[in-house]
Amino acid sequence: MTDLTSLTLAEARDRLKSRAISSVEIASAHLEAIERARGLNAFVAVTADKALQMAEASDARLARREAGPLEGLPIGVKDLYATEGVHTQACSHILDGFKPPYESTVTANLWRDGAVMLGKLNMDEFAMGSSNETSYYGPVASPWLPPNWSRDRARAALSSDKRGLLTPGGSSGGSASAVAARLCLAATASDTGGSIRQPAAFTGIVGIKPTYGRCSRYGMVAFASSLDQAGPLARTVRDAAIMLRSMAGPDLKDSTCSPASVPDYEAAVGRSVKGMKIGVPKEYRLEGMSSEIEALWARGAEWLRAAGASMVDVSLPTTPYALPAYYIVAPAEASSNLARYDGVRYGLREPGADITELYEKTRATGFGTEVRRRLMIGTYVLSAGYYDAYYVRAQKIRTLIKRDFERVFADGVDAILTPATPSAAFGISEKGSDNPVEMYLNDIFTVTVNMAGLPGLAAPAGLSSDGRPLGLQLIGRPFDEETLFALGEAIEQSAGRMTLPEPWWA
Amino acid sequence: MATDRASAKLIKGATGDWEVIVGLEVHAQVTSRSKLFSGASTAFGGEPNSHVSLVDAAMPGMLPVINAECVAQAVRTGLGLKAKINRRSTFDRKNYFYPDLPQGYQISQYKSPIVGEGEIQVELAPDNSIKVGIERLHLEQDAGKSLHDQSPTMSFVDLNRSGVALMEIVSKPDMRSADEAKAYVGKLRTLLRYIGSSDGDMEKGNLRADVNVSVRRPGEALSTRCEIKNVNSIRFIGQAIEAEARRQIALIEDGGAVEQETRLFDPSRGETRSMRSKEEAHDYRYFPDPDLLPLELDDAFIDALAADLPELPDAKRARFMADYGLSAYDASILIAERETADFFEDAVKHGGVKRDAKAVANWLMGDISAQANAQGVAIADAGLSAASLASLVDLIGEGVISGKIAKDLLARLFADDRGADPRALVEAHGLRQVTDAGAIDSAVDAVIAANPDKAEQTKTKPGMLGWFVGQVMKSTGGKANPQAVSDALKKRLGV
Repeated sequence: MTDLTSLTLAEARDRLKSRAISSVEIASAHLEAIERARGLNAFVAVTADKALQMAEASDARLARREAGPLEGLPIGVKDLYATEGVHTQACSHILDGFKPPYESTVTANLWRDGAVMLGKLNMDEFAMGSSNETSYYGPVASPWLPPNWSRDRARAALSSDKRGLLTPGGSSGGSASAVAARLCLAATASDTGGSIRQPAAFTGIVGIKPTYGRCSRYGMVAFASSLDQAGPLARTVRDAAIMLRSMAGPDLKDSTCSPASVPDYEAAVGRSVKGMKIGVPKEYRLEGMSSEIEALWARGAEWLRAAGASMVDVSLPTTPYALPAYYIVAPAEASSNLARYDGVRYGLREPGADITELYEKTRATGFGTEVRRRLMIGTYVLSAGYYDAYYVRAQKIRTLIKRDFERVFADGVDAILTPATPSAAFGISEKGSDNPVEMYLNDIFTVTVNMAGLPGLAAPAGLSSDGRPLGLQLIGRPFDEETLFALGEAIEQSAGRMTLPEPWWA
Repeated sequence: MATDRASAKLIKGATGDWEVIVGLEVHAQVTSRSKLFSGASTAFGGEPNSHVSLVDAAMPGMLPVINAECVAQAVRTGLGLKAKINRRSTFDRKNYFYPDLPQGYQISQYKSPIVGEGEIQVELAPDNSIKVGIERLHLEQDAGKSLHDQSPTMSFVDLNRSGVALMEIVSKPDMRSADEAKAYVGKLRTLLRYIGSSDGDMEKGNLRADVNVSVRRPGEALSTRCEIKNVNSIRFIGQAIEAEARRQIALIEDGGAVEQETRLFDPSRGETRSMRSKEEAHDYRYFPDPDLLPLELDDAFIDALAADLPELPDAKRARFMADYGLSAYDASILIAERETADFFEDAVKHGGVKRDAKAVANWLMGDISAQANAQGVAIADAGLSAASLASLVDLIGEGVISGKIAKDLLARLFADDRGADPRALVEAHGLRQVTDAGAIDSAVDAVIAANPDKAEQTKTKPGMLGWFVGQVMKSTGGKANPQAVSDALKKRLGV
């Protein structure tokens, strides 16, 4: 009997439709896999009973031939999304015990389409991080073995502090790890500066951050309102397209959500890319960039050429300013968005002698180091005397970044090809403790896309010489996710399906 | 004229005259069914925390969605203030921590408000008005309420009011006295009630003012001002201005300097006290709210609102004076509340006839207003309709009843005969006045005959005439025409 967890989402969908398998079967198989993979720490809450209930309801609908687009498919949900009655803490201590009486629009869409919820996935606290190491629940291990590690060594590390095991990236580390380890068919994730695309690249899977406004942010714990976007992580481009189609769509409860209807993204998968013009931006070629990444980039360009596209050199001159500008705008918005976590109405409360003490103790105890760091930066750059020098200036840079892309697209470029990350996955505890900026540099290729509000897709393109996944990024025109899916499929076909690691963790 | 006004308002200090400069920031709660950015109800009262949506409670992941009716109300108000309606305006976050501010920020408009400069005519007296400039009007959220007196150790928070729409109307510093400021707030309140954009109910806290006061020697430049926050009655606004002006004058005359600060007015002490100093002032870290799009209004939207505006107080007042020959004084009183003005016009024009406007006005401003005030109800709910008032005035005009009988009729209409038709009441209770000379003479003769000593005394004590009038009225059941009785008595008694 085929291991149900090694099916793709599309394959499982077809088998469920044909009644070759049942939703209860496939849900149970995943729940068992999750149980065996507890050591990875990908899940922070497993909703086994709920999953089986939802699976039974799906089976009934499948029997009546009333199947929705995601009927019966077991999905994982990043802890950032409000799921009614279920643990929703953005992996922070300050939301201790919070179980919302409401559902986010993105997850409501998934359930509307018949998906089954396996549980909530680990993430960097409040989505602030690039390695899932800031989570209140501890780090997540990537299912990929560090180079030259034995399975025994890896298992031992799993049960202690996980030091040295590969990070799955962040902030959607739990989502990426779970998808790559086959603990769910796909997962919801979110991306503010690269938090879908970088973990996808680190774990050899596909991730897409759609155009800003494509998905509703209602019920998503807000980090940086003008940058946050929901998106899927999946094992194939087709699977990601299927997921995005369900997740996306208009929502009157989010004033920044586009009213445009959602195209059939799956139909774009396999569309010809002949005649497409692909831009290669020279500013993404960093000094001292690893030759492996350079080679991967060149290989990607070759594949697209072979598929009929043409490559053209382009220039995005404000690229070097994107990361510093991002680390002004995002913390600024976060400092305001996280003001509501104050111990008064929900979540953690550390009592104090007066209201000021209550605030200080609750927030000092409730927020982790990285969150507190970013709140302080954000408060500083908005404060009197600094607002013009930092925040306004960063927003002006943002306009320039956007104009760079507009100019390139106006010149007839259909999409832009870049590496997804400056390196392959690094080890847990390896980066960032001395110098937080070291961790921020992970986002260098991805933040430009959030700052410009454009869609970006990360697809696995190969392995490093020591066996760690490497990914490529495609950046598209606003609301042209279809072109990204077509190009992503071309890369997937050329690179060949990524062989994901076999379980060593149980 | 300007110097007359200026000199009339000067305050005498120990070392000379001082001019008071006043500017007001009025916060008016917008009349709308739901809140500015959430669908929760704005209804007054209600159990604590029963009109709170997820957005108002600032739950994780919640987002604001603008209420179009609140926008319309702000535009209507701007039109009523003859102000510039800004086609594009934006929302900003004003960040600070307080338990009655769940989001940790208030959504307001800082850089680009929905309404720009305008003006309002303020009547200080029937023939003396000033023009007060309006700087801007913007929309913002109200906060919830903190209750500190429910427990010795804990404070309670009621979020019912959190997120309700407020219009903040900022005047230019054009006022020069407490009276001018009070008149301004009164006129602004009347205007808002006419437009229907706010009920201006200060007792409910739906209208409050932050009062900015500074003093200077006549002719000097504007000096440092202090802000007195959250003054919630017109009377207190006047008292606060006077107290603060005197405080500042005394401070300067003593050799000190006024520091810019926020103060509170303590009505029990009649003085202002410092709330926080400049050092403790909040840094609100204003920035554009990234959850909201800029508000863009088109001409069609604004024109439709303009077309639907009711006749505003100034226009109505002018029309009442021109069409009904009312004095400025009477017209001002009648137009103070739109309902009163409508009642007046309905009564004057009832039945397609234009009757004695002054008579209608007098009854309305006199007995009927008194009754309405005593009962704490609106003019239209005192006990008679505009049609009934018209009948009453007609009955007097036709000579069917006297003014005194009319008062008796009103007493019945206010009490047991609420809503009855006056003509029917006159017939039912036989209230026609007696004007027949013969009947009056007999009644007068009867009373004189019964009281010969008093009749004698009247010759030396003319005041006794009143007693006789009373007796005759009593003997005719109050129906004799009092004037005719008085005349007949005078003739008979020889006084």
